[in-house]
Amino acid sequence: MGLLSKKDTKLILDPLMDDNPITIQVLGICSALAITAQLKPSIVMAVSVIFVLGLGNVVISLMRNIIPSKIRIIVQLIVVATLVIIVDQVLKAFAYELSKELSVFIGLIITNCIIMGRFEAFALGNGPWRSFLDGIGNALGYGVILVIVGFFRELLGSGTLFGFQVLGDPVTKTGLYAIGYENNGFMVLPPMALIVVGIIIWVQRSRNKALIEEA
Amino acid sequence: MLEHIELFFKSIFVDNMVFAYFLGMCSYLAVSKKVSTAVGLGAAVIFVLTVTVPLNWLLDQFILQPGALAWLDGNRATPELSAYADYDLTFLSFILFIATIATMVQLVEIIVEKFSPSLYNSLGIFLPLIAVNCAILGGSLFMQSREIASLGLAANYGFSSGIGWFLAIVAIAAIREKIRYSNVPAPLRGLGITFIITGLMAIGFMSFGGMLTGGDEEAPSTEGQPENVGAVIEKGTNDLSEIVHISEVTEITE
Repeated sequence: MGLLSKKDTKLILDPLMDDNPITIQVLGICSALAITAQLKPSIVMAVSVIFVLGLGNVVISLMRNIIPSKIRIIVQLIVVATLVIIVDQVLKAFAYELSKELSVFIGLIITNCIIMGRFEAFALGNGPWRSFLDGIGNALGYGVILVIVGFFRELLGSGTLFGFQVLGDPVTKTGLYAIGYENNGFMVLPPMALIVVGIIIWVQRSRNKALIEEA
Repeated sequence: MLEHIELFFKSIFVDNMVFAYFLGMCSYLAVSKKVSTAVGLGAAVIFVLTVTVPLNWLLDQFILQPGALAWLDGNRATPELSAYADYDLTFLSFILFIATIATMVQLVEIIVEKFSPSLYNSLGIFLPLIAVNCAILGGSLFMQSREIASLGLAANYGFSSGIGWFLAIVAIAAIREKIRYSNVPAPLRGLGITFIITGLMAIGFMSFGGMLTGGDEEAPSTEGQPENVGAVIEKGTNDLSEIVHISEVTEITE
């Protein structure tokens, strides 16, 4: 890794597992759960957040010495809002169907706590390159959870991945359905997103005992 | 009047901010360890939503919508005659809404501090948190995408979805206070079990889906025009009426 020093790789890799923004830092859950009934919107959402957080962190980091600390929240909100508007307009132009599916939740990236959290905790005190890596890392950590949740919910809920029927056809009873398998329609409903995340947390903390919370 | 009542109950139970749309989850999870603080934050959310949703409704009607600027040259009633008929500023709504919210929160904070120090002391620390609460921006964005028809309805929508959020956070805080005495598997302690309980509560709240017959399907607001509410979610809410029979689960939330 010539480009990235050891400390820099840590910035990217840590949020993926042991410092995951969703399961450990409890940030950015708002927009994460609502759109994960299928894999495609989850991935689009993850990419949007990577874009917004990566660039936003750089912008805030560049401006960190000229922002008066009293109005920094408003400055941060304006920076995020601008980036989110870009994402929203691009989606509307190139993937209108998807943007209709996501629209309110794309807007809610603005108030995604991960973004404000990383601005406050990292970008205000570090240089642009490291802030960029930190942004990408945290957004990736967020994306990983989104993709895992989206994968299971779509697979178990509708028996599809990206809309392709991977488990056979439920109508003509081919593949798994031939031996009596049924889709769990409950998985596509909102409450299951919470329960799936709960289970991810369970698995993660069983593997890494250090993460267990005190009662 | 009837539509006011319908919107009121629908926003509290059927379209509950937390259980149906996961809005404001961050503060919902972070500030729900004690009932007293949960009540404080919940009250602040009700307050701010009631103020910002109607305000953003006005912005939406008079500035953002396509042709909304017609009042500038006195053609409010006949926008097609106006020189501003072609202006469509909807792409600015995110930035304008969030600016309004941040400003209002600051303003509310100053006013409350001046006139009711006791309220300020109980709400004080939560108010700045609220500017970045997804429930607040979500309220305004849903208001826009559902095309709420009048200022009164917008205020009603803000107020009632605030109450829905309040209910949710107070309920989870009460459960978390009790759960301290239970023997939860160690890896699930804290965050994990809270997620799962919230999921169960959401299942319970789904049983309210049949409360207003027809629900989303008959509401004119969600039809026609760019339907911004996620299709995925929509699917969920439409299915509600079929799932009502699992209402036994509600017992868990009580």
